[in-house]
Amino acid sequence: MSSANPDTPRPPAGRAGMKKELPERFRDYRHVWVFIELERGQVHPVSFELLGEGRKLADKLGVQLAGAVLGPPGEATQNAVAEAFAYGADLVYFVEAPLLADYRNEPFTKAMTDLVDTYKPEILLLGATTLGRDLAGSVATTLLTGLTADCTELDVDADGSLAATRPTFGGSLLCTIYTLNYRPQMATVRPRVMPMPQRAHRAMGRVIAHELSLAEDEIVTKVLGFLPDSQSGTANLAYADVVVAGGLGLGGAENLQLVKSLARAIGAEFGCSRPLVQKGWMPADRQIGQTGKTIRPKLYIAAGISGAIQHRVGVEGADLIVAINTDPNAPIFDFAHLGIVTDAVRFLPALIEAFTRRLSPHSRDKLAS
Amino acid sequence: MHIVVSIKQVPDSAQIRVHPVTNTIMRQGVPTIINPYDLFALEEALRLRDAYGGEVTVLTMGPPMAEDCLRKALGYGADRAVLLTDRYFAGSDTLATSFALSQAIAKIGETFGPPDVVFTGKQTIDGDTAQVGPGIAKRLDLFQLTYVAKIASIDLAAREITVERRCEGGTQKLKSRLPCLITMLEGTNEMRRGSIEDALCAARSRIVKWSAAEAGIEDLTKCGLRGSPTVVKRVFAPTPRSEKAVQIDTAEKTLRDLADELIGAIFTRQPALEPELAFEAA
Ligand SMILES: Cc1cc2nc3c(=O)[nH]c(=O)nc-3n(C[C@H](O)[C@H](O)[C@H](O)COP(=O)(O)OP(=O)(O)OC[C@H]3O[C@@H](n4cnc5c(N)ncnc54)[C@H](O)[C@@H]3O)c2cc1C
Ligand SMILES: Nc1ncnc2c1ncn2[C@@H]1O[C@H](COP(=O)(O)O)[C@@H](O)[C@H]1O
Repeated sequence: MSSANPDTPRPPAGRAGMKKELPERFRDYRHVWVFIELERGQVHPVSFELLGEGRKLADKLGVQLAGAVLGPPGEATQNAVAEAFAYGADLVYFVEAPLLADYRNEPFTKAMTDLVDTYKPEILLLGATTLGRDLAGSVATTLLTGLTADCTELDVDADGSLAATRPTFGGSLLCTIYTLNYRPQMATVRPRVMPMPQRAHRAMGRVIAHELSLAEDEIVTKVLGFLPDSQSGTANLAYADVVVAGGLGLGGAENLQLVKSLARAIGAEFGCSRPLVQKGWMPADRQIGQTGKTIRPKLYIAAGISGAIQHRVGVEGADLIVAINTDPNAPIFDFAHLGIVTDAVRFLPALIEAFTRRLSPHSRDKLAS
Repeated sequence: MHIVVSIKQVPDSAQIRVHPVTNTIMRQGVPTIINPYDLFALEEALRLRDAYGGEVTVLTMGPPMAEDCLRKALGYGADRAVLLTDRYFAGSDTLATSFALSQAIAKIGETFGPPDVVFTGKQTIDGDTAQVGPGIAKRLDLFQLTYVAKIASIDLAAREITVERRCEGGTQKLKSRLPCLITMLEGTNEMRRGSIEDALCAARSRIVKWSAAEAGIEDLTKCGLRGSPTVVKRVFAPTPRSEKAVQIDTAEKTLRDLADELIGAIFTRQPALEPELAFEAA
C-alpha cells in the first residue's frame, strides 16, 4: 500500500520477494483476535462478521479465536462477552473500566496495546467503522506494525502469513498485502463486506481479565456530549434486507420520490449513487459504494445507476441485483442478475403499483392457501 | 496560531483507467489534484487562521512534481509550503509515511514555530486508508481528533479545543487540548476561491524543499520500503462475473405487464422473499 508515491502498484518484485523471517521476539505471537466494538451498549454487527472470518483463519492456522472486549462495568459489557462466544470465540480478553464508557482514543489505544503486548496475538482484526479506524491507526503506530485497511478478503497462506486483499485505485484493482516480519498482522474490514455468521448457543469459554493502568485525570480528552442521528432509518441502510437506490439517470431530485415510494411499498431502505449526494439531492449517509455504505441485501434494485466500479464494490454482496437502465450497455448489467432496459421514471410507478398489488393482503392469502 | 496541513497529491482517480491486459494503471495524461478530502482540512485551517491570526503551513511528501499541489494550496491562501522529497521515501506504506511526515512536522516546528493544530484529510482517494493522520498524531504525541465535523471553539490562552466529531450513529462533542491533530470530515466547508494576490504570491513563492537529511531524519531504516512493514504481494483485476444480467424482454409489452414479469422473475429467483416483503409491506 504505497502511500508516499501514488504510483503504479508496485510490481511484486523487491521486498515482496523477500524472505519472511520472523524476528525472535515475534515467534511466540499466536492466535487470532477480533476487537469487539461496543458503543453505547451495543456490539457493532461488524464484530460478529469479523468473528466469522476470524474463525476460518484460526481453524486454518490451528490456533484459537479470541474476542477483545473493552468497555465500562455493567451488563452491556458482560453481554458483549457472551455474544463473542455465541459468534465463535474460544476465549475473551476483557478490559473493564469506567474510563471505557464512551469511546475516546487515548484509553482505548492504551487498553488495546497493553493487551497485545501482554498476550501477543498474531492477527488482530477490527471493523473499519469510524471507531475502528480511529483506534486501528493508533494501535498499529504504537506497536509499529503493519495495518491493512478496508480488506475485502482475508486468508492465510501456506506458511501461515495473513494475506489481506483490498481494493486499490478506487476498486479498479485489488491487491494482496502482507505484513512481513512484524506482529500482530492487523487488518480492518468494513461492515457488511463479510457475511454474518450463524449465532449459536454456546457456553461461555475462558475470560481473561486485564487491568487498565490509566486514570481519568491522565486522559486529556473529555466527552462533553453525544447527539444521536435524527433519521433513525439511515443507520439501517447497511443492514437492510432490501434496498432500492436511484442514480443520476432519474434526471432530477423530484424523481427520487419514486425510489422512496418503492422502498416504502416493499419495506425497503433507500439509497443512492454518489453524484446525488454531491448535488445535495440526498444526504451523505444514503450513499452506497466505495466511499459510502457497503450493503449486502437479499434484493437490491438500482434505477438509473450506471454501475461504476466505485458503486459496484458496495453492492456486489447482494444476493439478487436488479438494474433498471435505458442503456443496454451500461456496466451495471455486467454484474446485475436481472436487468430491464427501460426508462426508470416511467417504469417505477408501474413497479410500485405491481408490487403493491402482489403483496396486498388479498394476494397474500392466496399465497398462504 | 501556527497550523500545519498535510496534503497529498493524487491522480484524479475519476480519470484513471486500468490497462485491460497488463493490469497496470494508465496514468498518461491523468491529471493530478490535491486529494479532495484534504481541501476540507485546508479550508478549515485557513478559517482558523483568519479568525485567530497566525500562519498556515502546508506540507506534502512526494516526488518533486508534488510541488504543483503546494502551489495550488498557496493559491488558496496558505502562507508557506514544505515539500518533503527524497528517493529514500519511495515505496512508503502508511507507517513509514506517518514517520516521515511527523519528522518533517517536528522540523517545521523548530524552524517556523511549533504548530498548535495539525490537520490531515479524512483519507486519500488513492491510498484510502485513513491511517496516516492517526499515525502522525501518535508519533508526535498530539491529541487525536478524527472525523471532525465542526470546530466549536478554541481557547488559545487555556490551550483548549472543543470539536464535534462524527461517530457511529451520531456526533460526539469532545473537549481536548492543543496541540492536537484533526482529521477533517468531508463536506464540512467549501474551499474558498483564492485571491488574486494569493495567486500571484503562489507563483512567486519559493517552496521549502527538504530531503530526508534536511528534515532531520537520521534513521533511514524507518523510511520508504525498508520502513514499511506491509508489502504488496500481488496486484490483480477483480474477476468479472461470468454471466451478464438476464434481460426482461421489453418488446411490445405494457409497463404493467413488464412490472409483473420483473416481479415474477425476482420471486422465482428468491422465493423466500415474497412472504418477507408481504409481511414488511403490511
Ligand atoms: C474516489 C471516488 C469514489 C467514488 N465513490 C462512489 C461511491 O461510493 N458510490 C457511487 O455510487 N459512486 C462513487 N463514485 C462515482 C462513480 O465513479 C460514478 O461516477 C457514479 O457512481 C455514477 O453515478 P450514476 O450511476 O448515478 O450516474 P451516471 O454514471 O451518470 O449514470 C446514470 C445512468 O442512468 C442511465 N439513465 C439515464 N436516463 C435514464 C432513465 N430515464 N431511466 C433509467 N436509466 C437512465 C444512464 O444510461 C446511465 O447508465 C466515486 C468516484 C470516485 C472518483
Ligand atoms: N504523502 C503524503 N503527504 C502529505 N500528507 C499525506 C500523505 N499521505 C497521506 N497524507 C495525509 O494523511 C491523510 C490520510 O491519508 P491515508 O491514510 O492515505 O488515507 C490524507 O488526507 C493527507 O492529509
